[in-house]
Parts: sequence; C-alpha cells; structure tokens
Amino acid sequence: MTTVLQREGQDGVTKNLVHPKPISGAQMLVEALRQENVEYIFGYPGGAVLPIYDALYECGIRHILPRHEQGAIHAAEGYARVTGRTGVVIGTSGPGATNLVTGLADAMMDSLPLVVITGQVGTQVLGTDAFQEASIVGITMPVTKHNYQVRNVADLPQVIKEAFHIANSGRPGPVLIDIPKDITQTEGLFDYSQPVKIPGYQPTVVPNRLQIRKVASAIRAAKRPVILAGAGVLHAKANEELLRLVNQTQIPLAHTLLGLGGLPGSHPLFLGMAGMHGTVAANTALYEADLLINIGARFDDRVTGNLAHFAKQAIVVHIDIDPAEIGKNVPTDIPVVGDAGEALRMLLAENLVVTEAADWRESLDKLKQDYPLWYVDTPDELKPQKLIELISEVTKGEAIVVTDVGQHQMWAAQFYGFDRPHRFVTSGGLGTMGFGLPAAIGAQLGRMDSTVIALLGDGGFQMTLQELALLVEYRLPVKVVIVNNGSLGMVRQWQELFFGKRYSESLLRSGPDFIKLAEAYGIRGHRVHSYEEAKDVLSREVQYDGPVLIDCRVTPEENVYPMVPTGKGLHEMVGVKP
Amino acid sequence: MNRVFAVTVNNHSGVLNRITGLFLRRGFNIQSITVGATETDGISRMTIVLNVDDERDTEQVVKQLHKQIDVLKVQDITEAPIVARELVLIRVNSPLTTRSELTTLIGPFRASIIDVSRDSVTIQAVGSPEKVEALIFLLQPYGIKELARTGVTAVLRANDAAELSRSSRNYVLSI
Repeated sequence: MTTVLQREGQDGVTKNLVHPKPISGAQMLVEALRQENVEYIFGYPGGAVLPIYDALYECGIRHILPRHEQGAIHAAEGYARVTGRTGVVIGTSGPGATNLVTGLADAMMDSLPLVVITGQVGTQVLGTDAFQEASIVGITMPVTKHNYQVRNVADLPQVIKEAFHIANSGRPGPVLIDIPKDITQTEGLFDYSQPVKIPGYQPTVVPNRLQIRKVASAIRAAKRPVILAGAGVLHAKANEELLRLVNQTQIPLAHTLLGLGGLPGSHPLFLGMAGMHGTVAANTALYEADLLINIGARFDDRVTGNLAHFAKQAIVVHIDIDPAEIGKNVPTDIPVVGDAGEALRMLLAENLVVTEAADWRESLDKLKQDYPLWYVDTPDELKPQKLIELISEVTKGEAIVVTDVGQHQMWAAQFYGFDRPHRFVTSGGLGTMGFGLPAAIGAQLGRMDSTVIALLGDGGFQMTLQELALLVEYRLPVKVVIVNNGSLGMVRQWQELFFGKRYSESLLRSGPDFIKLAEAYGIRGHRVHSYEEAKDVLSREVQYDGPVLIDCRVTPEENVYPMVPTGKGLHEMVGVKP
Repeated sequence: MNRVFAVTVNNHSGVLNRITGLFLRRGFNIQSITVGATETDGISRMTIVLNVDDERDTEQVVKQLHKQIDVLKVQDITEAPIVARELVLIRVNSPLTTRSELTTLIGPFRASIIDVSRDSVTIQAVGSPEKVEALIFLLQPYGIKELARTGVTAVLRANDAAELSRSSRNYVLSI
C-alpha cells in the first residue's frame, strides 16, 4: 500500500490525504469535504443519497436541513456571498435535483462558488426513466460553470477536488457533481494527494502589464473619467485597493447593484448606484464620461440601459477575469483580463496622480446635491424608503442586509448606505424571488457575530417562508423585516407606468397573518403601521439575540424612482427629484 | 457569413452537448459540425461551421467556447490557409438512358458511382463545400432521391499550421 500522506487542516487536525484501506464512495465524499474544510452542508436527504447521509451521520460536519431544496441552495449562496467560501449543497436525484436548478442559475449569474452534489439512480438503471431519475447533468449544463457525472468510484476524489477548484477560482460559479447511488456504495481507494490539473481551465489572474499601462495613460489623459465597479471587486476582496485608487486619482465612482459596499457609500466621490434605478449623478457620469473604467462588472442591461446611448463618448476600459464578458455587450477599447485585485494593485503601482478633472467632479457633485434619491414623506404612512433609512440607523449601517427581489430590493440598494463590503446579499442577475429568507439563513451561519436583516417583500417571502423553521431550529437571530404592500410591487409599478394601470394578477389580496405564522414557527412577531411604531420595535428588537419577524405595512402604491424605462438611455430618466 | 472553427476538446461524454447547448443559448446557428478522434488519445476535434454576422459575434463564439472546461483549444480558421473537405452521397434517378451521361457528368468532380440499382445510382464525391454544391446543382435535373452530406472537416496547410497556432492563441490571451 501507498504511504499515508497527511496535511494539516485549518482546524489544526491532521488529515489523511490517502487512505490505506478502500472506503465507499459515500465515505470518500465525506472525507473530501473534510479535506476542503467544509463548515456546513446545506442539504436534503432522499432515496438516492441515503448512503451519503449514512456516511454523514455523526461525521462532524454541520448539516443544515431546510424545508425545500431551493432553500438549501439559496442558503449556500448567502453563505458563499458573505464568507467568500464555497457553499456545499446535497440533494437527492430527480425532484431533489431539479429543485436546485433555480439556485444554480442564480449562482451562475451572480458568480457565487458552490459545489452541488446530487444523487442519481444506480448506473445499472441509468437512462431507463427509473424512479426519481432526471438527467440533471443535461438539465444543468447551461446553469453551471461545469458539471460531472461520476461513473467510476476511483474518479470520485479527484472530481470533487477539481469541482472545488473550479467553483472558487477564476470567475467563481456553481459546479455540480452527479453521483449514481451504486457509486456511493462501491469501495475504492481514496487519494486526495494529486494536484488539480485541468488543461482546459487556466484562468488568467495577473493582467498583462502593457494593458495596465494603457489604462494608466488613459487615466492621465482623461477629462471626464468615471469608474464603474461591480461584484468582481468584492470577489477579489479588493475594496481597499479600490479606495486607494479613487483617493489617489480622485475619479468619481458608481457601483452596480452587486458591487455596493466596494467603496464606502459615504465617500465624497461615490456617485451612487448606476442603472435602471440608479442616481442621476451616476447615470449622467456614465453617459457623459470620456473614460469609463469598468472593474469587475459585466455591463448588464439593467446597468447600461439602451446600448445605443451608452458611454458613446468614452474610451471604455473593461477589467474582468472572464474574457468572454469583455466586448460582449459594450465595445471595449482597452481590455484587461485578470483579477480585479491584481489589476488594481498594478494600477496603483503606476504612480497615478489626481486627474485633471476638477470641473467634472464639481459638476457631478452638484448633480449629487441637486438630484439626490428622494421620496415624499407623509407622516401618517410608513414609507418604505424611510423604513430602510430607519433600519440603517438602528443597525448603524453595519448589518448584513439580505433582500429578496423587487421594489424593496431597490430601496435597500438606494437607501441603506453600505459603507463596508460583503454586507449586501441580493439576487442580482437572475432576480430570484424567494431568495431572501434562505440566503439570510446562510449569511447568518457564515457570520454568526453580525446582525442579519432579511428584508423581504410579502410576495417573495411567501415563496420560501417555510424556511422560518430553521431560524428556531438552528437558533439564528435573523431579523425578518417584511416590506408589506400587499402586492407584487415591481410588477404593479410597471403595470401602472407601462400597462395603463391594468393590475393583472399583481395584487396579493389575501395572505396569512404573518404574526400568527411567525408564532406558529415559534418566532415572535410584530406588526407596524407607522414610522414611530417601526422605530420603537426595530430599535428594541435589533438588540434581541433571537429571531424576530416584523410585518411592516408600508404605503402600497409607492414606486421606485428615479427610473430609466426599458429601451431608454441612461440620460432619459424619469421620476427625478423636481 | 459562414465561419469555420477548429475546436479541440476532451473526449468525454456530453461534450458535444455542451458545445451545441452553448450555441443554442447564445443564438448561434450551426451550419455543420463534424467530430472525430485526433492523433492524441482522449482528445477529439470538432470542425464547426457557423453562420455569424460580424467580428464581435465571432469573438464571442471563440471566447464562449474557450470558457468550456472541456475545450482545450479554439481556432477561427476561416481566413487561414486550410484544406477543407466534405463527403457527399447522392442517390439520383438514373434510368438506363441517362446512365452514361451521368458518368460523364461526374467525371470532372472525381466522383464515383458506389451503388447501382435498376432506376438509380448512388454517387460519392469528396471536395470543398463549393464543389459539392456545384455537383448537387448539376445533378438536380435528373431528380435527387436522397442526399447526405457529412459537413466540413478541415486542417491547416502544413507550412502555416505552426504560425497560426501561435497567433490564434495570442488572439485569445491578449484580451
């Protein structure tokens, strides 16, 4: 037999990289997860994964059992988003696996590292429409960074090792491993000592110095420069480098939705969020700039508006670790392939000075002052925007805010004021309703020392509300704040503005009593109708070390403004402060 | 216009599915695709002819293919000096009266008759897509009963292979 190789894990426990005796595929999986220092498994058992669950029994890795597989994968996403670590999910074959598809698509769009294990029917019946069989590898090809089906137990350790490597390197993303049941029961030799060698996967991390020099000279020559920073900066943990670059060059900066928190929201050069519900200052800057430096954003259509009008006068720099993003939507003059952190450090080494754009900064600052985000406050109502400001106030702007999708999500992005990175967890690219509550659970597990606010609409909450049970079961002090307007607010807003107020199926006329529902799960609940009530309840409950649900009855017909209507350019905003 | 891509891939199950799925969701229309083993064990080569509108689409095709973990190398060889061939089998009406006429007709194409029945013959031809098109055009008046084309497969001409191989890799990495 081979000699036993060992290595020290993060927890100081020595781990066997090679096992002297054959072990089952299920035990291999558990062993590999230990090697990867996995803290949590988000999973749901079933027939095809019974051997895996048997191996997990008392294995020492904490297992989180949601009430639906979708809850498992969104929780893993929330965990991955706040920790930067790979979220691990297990589901059974067939429906267990298909219930993970939405989460995979979500993680793919927002570049979140996940390793997802699905059970599969045994190899002897594969392809025969066996009980609980679904071709999950075929189904998930378009929504995973890569996927595998393991047909030979000897391949299993290396496949898992590759999956972790692919998921959390380059542009992160979800990787799925489909394991037929008999493979988990077959014994083989566990060898985790081999290095990962994937000839077809070698992401460029360090950018080309020549390209960086071109960016530096473009910055030196620019009269109206602007930076658009996205989630790539956060994935690279490069927020400090970003701050240094902004301070050194005094280039104004706009964030994408997923980039929020990269530069402190209170920074004088922060223009706000760009795009459909962005600020006038940010959108005007993108529209009028002569140099646009995109760092780790993918020029999503919600950010650019009509491409025919986007950054037409600008030299476009695009820094991205995924070369396929460069030039996909916006023609790029200076492409830079590489990690945002590496690129920023190389740019900082170019000894850039304050850009000669004082007039530009001044004019943008004036826009920022003249056209701030706004709403009309009416004292007898609870305005959702004011509610977000209140939450920011009582949490000192330091909570992890996890949202669902829709109006409340945009208000959170606009009004919370994220000063620190990794504090905003939201479904950006896919826009998945039902994401919020389970993602908040994962975020809280990843950051037990932080206050986690699950900010949900009444629509999205009702898509995954069964996960409330986990708050009690795992003692998670998540504060569930429901921005309740009795409707699918964003749909209702579009119907009001673009479909002649024909509110087709966008009003949620009856629903459960959320307080009683919370109580049924063993969670205390409050209902608030006014700002004063909200302030009173929130400032008290934010101190409480258990879960709470607060049903906030906000102005039902409030709209998210300003807004770039679809098909319009960023300069054609409506709902700007008069 | 039609562009020709040479793609080297791992010979894993499902790889063809990954590639065609990619074209489906990015909205690229496949004109033809051929796959076969290469000189290296475990490595296959695809020759894909795609209808792409412009330079930007071409670039996207190359990059998106490259992003696939089972794809080892992508080359747009449309403008490169290549030897491109496809094979066509055509069963065409051929009563005895026209048979010798047919034989004369296909002569310049170096096509051959590989099967004969009482009222039809099956013709095999190998050549560039243009040559195949021309042959089909000429045979149409006789009545084509069945036709099967393999799609194009291509390799670089010997002297230019090393040069393009280098430059095409640069094309991908420099951006």
